[in-house]
Amino acid sequence: MTAGLTGNLAEVIRELLSFHFMVNALRAGTIVAVVAGAIGYPMVLRRQSFAGHTLALIGFPGAAGATWLGLNTAVGYFGFCIAGALIISALPGSGRPHAGLGGFSEESAAIGTVQAFALACGFLFVSLYHGFLNGLNNLLFGTIIGITDQQVLVLLIADTGCLLALILLGRPVLFSTIDPDVAQARGVPTRLVSTAFLVLLGIAAGGTSQITGSLLVFALLVAPAAAATRLTAQPAAGVALSITLAVLITWIGETFAFFSPYPIGFWVTTLGFGVFLLATAYRRIADRIAQHPPITSPPQRVLSESTAP
Amino acid sequence: MNRRAGEVATDAATGRDLDDVIPTAAGDPVAPPPRGQGMGPDQETVWLSGTSAQLGGQTIWSDVSLTVHAGEFVAVLGPNGVGKSTLLKAILGLVPITAGQARVLGAKPKVRNAAIGYLPQRRAFDPGVRIRGVDIVRLGWDGDWWGIPLPGTHRSRTTRQRVHQVIDLVGARSYAHRPIGQCSGGEQQRLLIAQALVRRPELLLLDEPLDSLDVTSQTSISALIQSVRRSQGVAVMLVAHDVNPILPYLDQVIYLSRRGVVMGPPEHVITADTLSTLYGTPIEVLRDHAGRLVVVGQHDHPVQQLPPPRHAP
Repeated sequence: MTAGLTGNLAEVIRELLSFHFMVNALRAGTIVAVVAGAIGYPMVLRRQSFAGHTLALIGFPGAAGATWLGLNTAVGYFGFCIAGALIISALPGSGRPHAGLGGFSEESAAIGTVQAFALACGFLFVSLYHGFLNGLNNLLFGTIIGITDQQVLVLLIADTGCLLALILLGRPVLFSTIDPDVAQARGVPTRLVSTAFLVLLGIAAGGTSQITGSLLVFALLVAPAAAATRLTAQPAAGVALSITLAVLITWIGETFAFFSPYPIGFWVTTLGFGVFLLATAYRRIADRIAQHPPITSPPQRVLSESTAP
Repeated sequence: MNRRAGEVATDAATGRDLDDVIPTAAGDPVAPPPRGQGMGPDQETVWLSGTSAQLGGQTIWSDVSLTVHAGEFVAVLGPNGVGKSTLLKAILGLVPITAGQARVLGAKPKVRNAAIGYLPQRRAFDPGVRIRGVDIVRLGWDGDWWGIPLPGTHRSRTTRQRVHQVIDLVGARSYAHRPIGQCSGGEQQRLLIAQALVRRPELLLLDEPLDSLDVTSQTSISALIQSVRRSQGVAVMLVAHDVNPILPYLDQVIYLSRRGVVMGPPEHVITADTLSTLYGTPIEVLRDHAGRLVVVGQHDHPVQQLPPPRHAP
């Protein structure tokens, strides 16, 4: 690492902020990190990480197609991610989350197929648009260079809308995640909530892709949220923690990317992975301490009385 | 009233007579009378008359008539696949009733679902579910409201008070703040009953709440349901495979079978004659020294493993 990082922190920040592209990178990174952290928590609870991953990858053909057609890549990212969300929510079985008491569904095979097809389309668009190799790297692994003011504005509008809609859906999303049958009996439109949630996930994934690249969206969408669920079982604290971790990972990742030759996607992913590992280790140790000394329950040796004639 | 020792008297306040074996309210559908003029369908907790239910174009049951009065404890029994869960879902309006008339808490099914606590047939939470029991209970209170709760408001204080009150009621205080995935089956069931109770329902619909539990938990959860029913004045419809844990508390039994429905006090319904007619095959009902019932079909199945549908024509 260069001398910049070893110098004092204020110096580092001043140096970062003296570059306009870096200011934009931090702005855009903060916006997508807040939304990714917020929506990642319910996504992990719902065990829809695979759907989230697929939505992120669907952004790649969107962006490649937009580049090929000479459109703004944001149009491609958001357009494809939202369309992908609608397709996934139309797949049989995707209306019920995998978590809680919803039972298991067979959606992953169908989603995997959609994902493979999306990647194939992406590479088709890339080969249709000649002389694209450098851009391909950025689409897949992200970049902090060249984020325009307009891009930041588009991200701000899209992600603010996404966050407000997520707040509106808040409790019904949690209810239909944990207990879809009771939620439905209570009048929660579980099918609609599920579709709306996937669309919001698509917007979040499309936005995050523009910073971390399609392949590494996961770093922001899953790692902070998965770490948060391991650190707390309280939903409000979980969301707050997930957002905090996502923002910190982004800021530190962008700083490292600035001072090193490696892309932001690598740094953000590595940091996310590290946080996840630490949280998992913490959970293991905390659970082991909680179980020590092991709770001794009386053995169930009573024969099933009611079956005796 | 031909009651066994230990059986609780039925709703003494209203003094209803439950001795008819098949009390189908009125035999024919009647127009709901104005409130306060006798016991019409609208005064009953659940009133079904000649109803049928269909799922995926297939008729699950038909010509089912039954009445559940306020505060009653009713068991729904019958062989697998006969539509016991569908009966609860039809009462909730989640499965359409295709024929006959239905009134639930004085309205059409679904209209008054806010006053019904529902515990669906379920698997347990797996150990990886990291949400606290208290959060699960709270979902029963405000989980269907849009938005997220704001801390520090009057409403959030009321909510917390009620959630803790109901957790104390079911005796779940010591583990309500643990992740639900780490609670035992019986503990999870108590918390889910608390969730069903948190809005002070008039009717509890419990779909096999005892079936995945060990014998000790079955007894204690049954006693809990009974004490909650008495203290909260809530009617209970409970689907069960094994009637014995709840037998001392029951006012009525609904026996659903392919050949129709029979409703009445347990000692009238769980008899060799009635069950033999329902199954169309000779069935014996034995009683052990502790008063437990064992239903014996031609293959000597105990009561909780009634002959599967292929044995019952």
